[in-house]
Amino acid sequence: MEILMSIVIGIVFAVSVYLLLSKNLIRVILGTLTISHGVHLLLITMSELQRGAPPLLDLGEESFTDPLPQALVLTAIVISFGVTSMLLVMGYRTYKAHETEDLDKLRGSADE
Amino acid sequence: MTFLHWATISPFLLAILVPFLYKYFRKIHTGWFVLILPIVLFIYFIRYLPITSNGGTVSKSAPWVPSLGIHFDLYVDGLSLLFALLITGIGMLVVLYSIYYLSDKGEKLNNFYVYLLLFMGAMLGVVLSDNLIVLYVFWEMTSISSALLISYWFHREKSIYGAQKSMFITVFGGLSMLGGFSLIYVMTGTFSIREIIANVDLVTGSVYFIPAMILVLLGAFTKSAQFPFHIWLPDAMEAPTPVSAYLHSATMVKAGIYLVARVTPIFGGGPEWFWIITLAGLTTLIWGSVQAVRQKDLKAILAFSTVSQLGMIMSLLGAGSAAYYFNDGDNLLYTTAILAAVFHLINHATFKGGLFMAAGIVDHQTGTRDIRNLGGLMTFMPITGTISLIGLAAMAGIPPLNGFLSKELFFTGMLNASDYGIFNLDTWGLLLPAIAWIASVFTFLYCTILFFKTFRGKFQPEKLKVDKVREASFGMLLGPIVLITLVVLFGLFPNILAYNVIEPAMQAILPGILDAGELFAVHIAHWHGFGTELWMTLGVFAAGTLLYLTMNIWSQSGFYRSERDIFNYLYDNGYDGLIKGSQLITRAQITGRLRDYFIYMCVFIVLLIFYTMFRYDGFALQTSNLSPIEPHMWLVIIAFVLAIVAIPFINNRMTAVILAGVAGYLVALMFAIFRAPDLALTQLMIETISVILFMLVFVHLPKLKKDDTKPSIKITNLIVSIGVGLMITLVSISAFAFGSEIGFPSIKEYFIENSKELAGGYNIVNVILVDFRGLDTMLEILVLAIAALGVISLIKLRLKEGEDV
Repeated sequence: MEILMSIVIGIVFAVSVYLLLSKNLIRVILGTLTISHGVHLLLITMSELQRGAPPLLDLGEESFTDPLPQALVLTAIVISFGVTSMLLVMGYRTYKAHETEDLDKLRGSADE
Repeated sequence: MTFLHWATISPFLLAILVPFLYKYFRKIHTGWFVLILPIVLFIYFIRYLPITSNGGTVSKSAPWVPSLGIHFDLYVDGLSLLFALLITGIGMLVVLYSIYYLSDKGEKLNNFYVYLLLFMGAMLGVVLSDNLIVLYVFWEMTSISSALLISYWFHREKSIYGAQKSMFITVFGGLSMLGGFSLIYVMTGTFSIREIIANVDLVTGSVYFIPAMILVLLGAFTKSAQFPFHIWLPDAMEAPTPVSAYLHSATMVKAGIYLVARVTPIFGGGPEWFWIITLAGLTTLIWGSVQAVRQKDLKAILAFSTVSQLGMIMSLLGAGSAAYYFNDGDNLLYTTAILAAVFHLINHATFKGGLFMAAGIVDHQTGTRDIRNLGGLMTFMPITGTISLIGLAAMAGIPPLNGFLSKELFFTGMLNASDYGIFNLDTWGLLLPAIAWIASVFTFLYCTILFFKTFRGKFQPEKLKVDKVREASFGMLLGPIVLITLVVLFGLFPNILAYNVIEPAMQAILPGILDAGELFAVHIAHWHGFGTELWMTLGVFAAGTLLYLTMNIWSQSGFYRSERDIFNYLYDNGYDGLIKGSQLITRAQITGRLRDYFIYMCVFIVLLIFYTMFRYDGFALQTSNLSPIEPHMWLVIIAFVLAIVAIPFINNRMTAVILAGVAGYLVALMFAIFRAPDLALTQLMIETISVILFMLVFVHLPKLKKDDTKPSIKITNLIVSIGVGLMITLVSISAFAFGSEIGFPSIKEYFIENSKELAGGYNIVNVILVDFRGLDTMLEILVLAIAALGVISLIKLRLKEGEDV
């Protein structure tokens, strides 16, 4: 399972990087969204999958999965939501200001 | 910190006060306040003279960075005292001269004196430090203050050029020197010069001996304007003349000489040291004197002449280092060269200081320094003319002035060196006196040109920038008069220096070479009989006069007409190339495209990780301790992969967002399967909001166009992204395998055990978030708040007409 997940995560990263390399602003933002999925899955996979019960003490189980990576990922999900929304709004303002979403045309002045 | 320490740094302390003195006492020329310090310091250092002339030394220590073996150690012996007296003595006269040279109206005197004091303190630090690192720090400070003084009239383009050039060259040398010092530390384990000399066997036996020597010499040669690094010195003449007289002839450029003299006991005695220094010195000597002949600017002639004289002192130090080979102190055959070096060092400071000041007076009173416009000034400026005449005669080596004595000793030193019979000198030895003689002919020639073109010949008032040429005021003349008096005095009675100053300096350069109680028995005489030296001197006069008389013939040649040293082209082209090259690299690299930057990062990381994996065999695959794949899992994963892979191919923005949403919900499902209910819930909620947000924004964005990127770029993107994906997969598989191999215990047990007991919660993930790592969560909320503020302000922001984001 872990090896399968590693391959899936590799695919997610490859697609995300491809999207990030695109010159269209919308695709770049979509790329940041998918790359965060890859990161979250990677963190969870590294902590050994499906060993023991969900980390809820009142289930009366003996062994639990590792709760710490889950806490980390939970934080990461929320932060990446912040990043995505910020990027979206920046993309919106950029388009309003420059009338283009083509990153090749958004290069700034030559002497900067 | 002893009194000696305070004396060394006193110029820095006064420099702090200078701006206030300038501001609150505008009526009084700031120079008068500054003048007090060198006088006091000169008297203070004179009091050390009896100690050193009896062979004694003084050393005082103060800790600076004791853990690294760096102590602010000061050491006064014959050599450092000689330099300290030169720095304060000439400094005194220069400050006096500058009071009249720089008017207190219109000149930024506060800047000038701050820089000058910085230099004075730094230079005292260089010559008095016993610790190499402290010496290095002061050394670089002299470079910086020198550049500041050269660019004193910073609105002139040439000043900036000269300052930059001197800075580049001397700081390059300084850094090399630091490398050399570090190697010395590696060899000996100490930065203290005296301790290094005591353990000199560690240095001579080491493989680093030659590299360290060359690096240290690079520092000395750049500072002392030795060929081919001499090109900065003529351009440094853009500085005000007091500065040229002080830094660029009498003191700072002699720091390299000082360094070579100081480390002679460490490196001297071998053929490398002997040949490198002697040849560098002689090349500089002849190159400088020939170049000086071509110059038309008074200060440029003096600058190249300084270059040439520095080369002469340097070559003498090289020749004298052979004394270590013979280890025979009482044999004058080997030590005359060192004697000549020390003596000429003093003489050069006196006559060249005086000459620079005289050149400054001519410039000040006539408004030009071009010898083609000058002439016949003896009638109008008899005192300046006499000063120049004596100074130039001393430089040309005319008896009975001090320059004559040191030049004779120089010939003796070179002739002796050719007789050593070591280091292949029996083959090449004759070269040394031959070069010395030719260079001296040119020295005689430019001295003659300088005097006759300026003070004799036809007076050309129409070419001058002033209406009436007058002799300078007494205050301005005082400095050069004192120096020229010394020239005559040392010329007539050279032995007043011999026992008090030269003998202790020689002992400091060549320690351990004499038996206890022995002396070098320095005695300088005017008359040596009809020896080779005398015939050489007479030959110089004859050949020099002949060349001057035939000047009308050779002055038409291209050699005389062009002035620029060919090494300047090398520097200029190198400098331009450096700037163009770095611009080229920057432009190629900083394209302004997001894609390019991202590719650099990805390619670099991917290559680095792949390299490391192959190099250190970092890949591992573990198949035993895996969790089973249940059949329904296949469905989820295939759906997820399909959704993700489809996104780049979709040209409809709504479909793309929905696909991203599908992928997000499938991630939530996977979290649920992986026993992470909290994650699943959070992911569901966040994904919903994200999709809504996307849709809201997309209303205002243009439709997704078909990707019209060029195929070649697409393929590059594809390769890079596949590389990243592959890297992540491999790292992930290996990390997992290594993780279970090491068997490092997870800290999860702590949370499982204590979740209920300490925090009273059953949901361990929640407890971690709000309790164990509560502070992290609070900061996370802060981050979200900042993001929210950013989002709101970006949406609400209304720009005025014409304003840009």
